[in-house]
Amino acid sequence: MSQKLIDRIRAALPDAVIEAGVTHGDAWALVKRERYLDVVRLLKENAECMMDHFIDLTCVDWPQRPDRFEVVLHLRSSTLGHRIRIKTRAPADAPVVPSLAPLYKGADWFEREAYDMYGVAFEGHPDLRRLLLWEGFEGHPLRKDYPKEKRQCPIPFRDDAPAQPKPFKERP
Amino acid sequence: MERYEERDLPLPSEPMLLNMGPSHPAMHGTTRCLVLLDGEIVRKADVQIGFLHRGFEKECEAGTWNQVFPYTDRLNYASPILNNIGYALAVEKLLDVEAPPRAQAIRVITGELSRIMDHLVCIAAFSMELGAFTPFLYLVKTRDWIYNIMEKLTGARVTHAWMRIGGLKEDIPDDFEAMVRAVLPKVEVTIRDVEGLLLRNRILMDRTVGIGVMTKENALSLGWTGPCLRSTGIPYDVRKADPYCGYDLYDFDVPVGTSGDNYDRFVVRLEEMRQSSRIVSQALDKLPGGPVRLEIPDVTLPDKHQVYTTIEGTIRHFMIIMNGEKIPPGEVYACTEATNGELGFYLVSNGGKGPYKCRVRPPCFANVSGLSEMVTGGFLADIIPSFGSINMIGGECDR
Repeated sequence: MSQKLIDRIRAALPDAVIEAGVTHGDAWALVKRERYLDVVRLLKENAECMMDHFIDLTCVDWPQRPDRFEVVLHLRSSTLGHRIRIKTRAPADAPVVPSLAPLYKGADWFEREAYDMYGVAFEGHPDLRRLLLWEGFEGHPLRKDYPKEKRQCPIPFRDDAPAQPKPFKERP
Repeated sequence: MERYEERDLPLPSEPMLLNMGPSHPAMHGTTRCLVLLDGEIVRKADVQIGFLHRGFEKECEAGTWNQVFPYTDRLNYASPILNNIGYALAVEKLLDVEAPPRAQAIRVITGELSRIMDHLVCIAAFSMELGAFTPFLYLVKTRDWIYNIMEKLTGARVTHAWMRIGGLKEDIPDDFEAMVRAVLPKVEVTIRDVEGLLLRNRILMDRTVGIGVMTKENALSLGWTGPCLRSTGIPYDVRKADPYCGYDLYDFDVPVGTSGDNYDRFVVRLEEMRQSSRIVSQALDKLPGGPVRLEIPDVTLPDKHQVYTTIEGTIRHFMIIMNGEKIPPGEVYACTEATNGELGFYLVSNGGKGPYKCRVRPPCFANVSGLSEMVTGGFLADIIPSFGSINMIGGECDR
């Protein structure tokens, strides 16, 4: 079933798929960024795919790769029951990927979260702003180069409060 | 001096912007809802989340594979065991192993008990916000009985962290079965009492029937799953569609609604508790024997007896704690049916000591994203039952 789905994409859009396969029972396909929207539209509208159930959209950061950001999409068909993972890549200097908001309503918040956490812009998104973090937050925390220990406080500490309380009293 | 009666004052014609939350008594889970009002009608609603964001994924990427379990407890803190199971199954899928049958059956039992716990508190909060305080007390008292079982089993009432990669932390205590069998009939009595109080209650029905309606197509497009999706009439349940932990061995029904309104979501949750109770008694009847944890070198910790008495055990324990579990590189998406819907874990391993990426697909994140659509065009007061019926859990939604 999963292999049939990949064959279907390859047959309809032969130049779109870079790599595809089935690992651990999950069907996946890495597609070109320019054809990403076409692939998803095919999956949604084709009678043999009918992937109408939006499941998940996220991003993975690979700083060493030339195409640093990998946007990962999971879809499911409510009538046929099959699933697929679609991946596409964007370089660090132009992290822009087409938005799926015109196709799936759920993409709205998931893309806003990916933008918030990774700084990947989604072209064509109606309202791309931060979702989980506040306006004015600097940087994108799930990028691998954002240090985990970095603190950004929306309300500054008072000057008289010690920045880090000492665990033990110093002996006289 | 001339006195004005309030009714003589002209009504303002321009729309009013009202801020509900983040600390509003009815917006539990800390959500902010910015609504544009025309009289009492909601013209536009902007739901804002993130007030409980703790950086779950960033923390997971810094630790080892086993250290993620306590974090998953804090996703949906009303049913922590189900989150544990979801993560454990995802790592097991990455390892291409399956937990022993006894571990799977115990996962089903504890998972379904957690589902009952979560639905109890959801219905409790939902009814209390509509003014029904008695059912709240009944339901929370019942949840406490199940908490007692969980405390006996895991040592903690809320954050259990009891699952491990390849099985469970330990076997169940001897009196566990008797405790569960004693509580299940009492849960059924509570469900019946609450149904008697609420199911045909005029006030509750006025506030919920035909309110917060969601269509099938929009629910799918929004990524809804779980009781919220089933209330629209789509019988999608991961336990049936893609069985894991041997759910195909048990006989249970998937309740579905017809109209996708607040009342349907409420009734679907009530019925799901009965079905969970059925699954638990079946699983207890045919609980298989055998080990509760796989022995995978480099992944599962050895028994404490071995660690303290043999040098091999000590070294193995030390290596796993210090260097992390050895999980082969790859990526996997595994999903389970949590209380709010499909809880998915998308894990990426690069062979390091912990996950390279540990994405959790939170079911109520997608559900809450449909809230603004549900409340637009309705009354301001209807935001309360619509929000309550979604069962937004801040820990899971904001991570």
